[in-house]
Amino acid sequence: MKRILQILAMLMLLAAGTTWLVTGANRGWTKTSVAVKTLDPVTEIEGITYQKKFLPGVDFLGAAFGGAALFAGASFFFRNKQRQTTRQ
Amino acid sequence: MKLTHIIPLLTLATAVYAAPQTFDFKDPKGVNNAVFKLDAPLESINGSASGISGTVSFDPENPSATAGKIVVASDSLTVPNPMQKEHLHSANWLDTAKYPEITFEAKSLANVKTDANITTADATGTFTLHGVSKELTVPIKLTFLKDKLSARVPNLKGDLLVIRANFVINREDFNIQKGQYEDKVSPTIDLSLSIAGASPAK
Repeated sequence: MKRILQILAMLMLLAAGTTWLVTGANRGWTKTSVAVKTLDPVTEIEGITYQKKFLPGVDFLGAAFGGAALFAGASFFFRNKQRQTTRQ
Repeated sequence: MKLTHIIPLLTLATAVYAAPQTFDFKDPKGVNNAVFKLDAPLESINGSASGISGTVSFDPENPSATAGKIVVASDSLTVPNPMQKEHLHSANWLDTAKYPEITFEAKSLANVKTDANITTADATGTFTLHGVSKELTVPIKLTFLKDKLSARVPNLKGDLLVIRANFVINREDFNIQKGQYEDKVSPTIDLSLSIAGASPAK
């Protein structure tokens, strides 16, 4: 159980870190949409529309680190399996 | 035709041409927007509002007589972070359920300068936000686009009027979390309005 929790913590960190990096390493808050600007050729006004897109931010990383810390912390409540050794 | 007949006709034609036009700012293309920005420690809070309506009376021959009212639907204010959006609309901040409209009613223009189809001026009027009305003077830029409506809306002839304005307000003046969270959200709000109104030919 100890080992499973430690692996889960590591996987959580890796998955969150990779997702954060791959989506552009946004150092702001997590966003669920991004503003897209399009220029109206007649009025020259930049119209703004929002496209649905998940952009994890530092709060997402923080939550993942927190979760990983919980798993890693919980793993200390479990003992290592005693290795059975046979002596002849 | 006698000269005595021509003069009244010319006078009438000039009067018709010079009459102020009413521009409707409900944009079928959905391009009109008001952008807002508040500084915050991690990153500034940037958002926009698209629910814009209102009418402005504008006379190309006399831009200083411009007057009108622009309305922004409070619930159209959007930010990319869903939690921030929820807070923004909540009773603690803008209370969009209780105060569904943000308005600016321009009453007079000063420092009017016109160059070709572009007019710049300082518009004085009543700005209403969060149920509080204050008199503000805002620098504006008006661009009159004659006969350009058909370029945006096919089969509809008429003129366009583009209004741009950039100004700063203090959220405390409008009772928005007065004296609260100043370390987290700037007390000032940068506003930027870019809107186009249409006046179809009659």
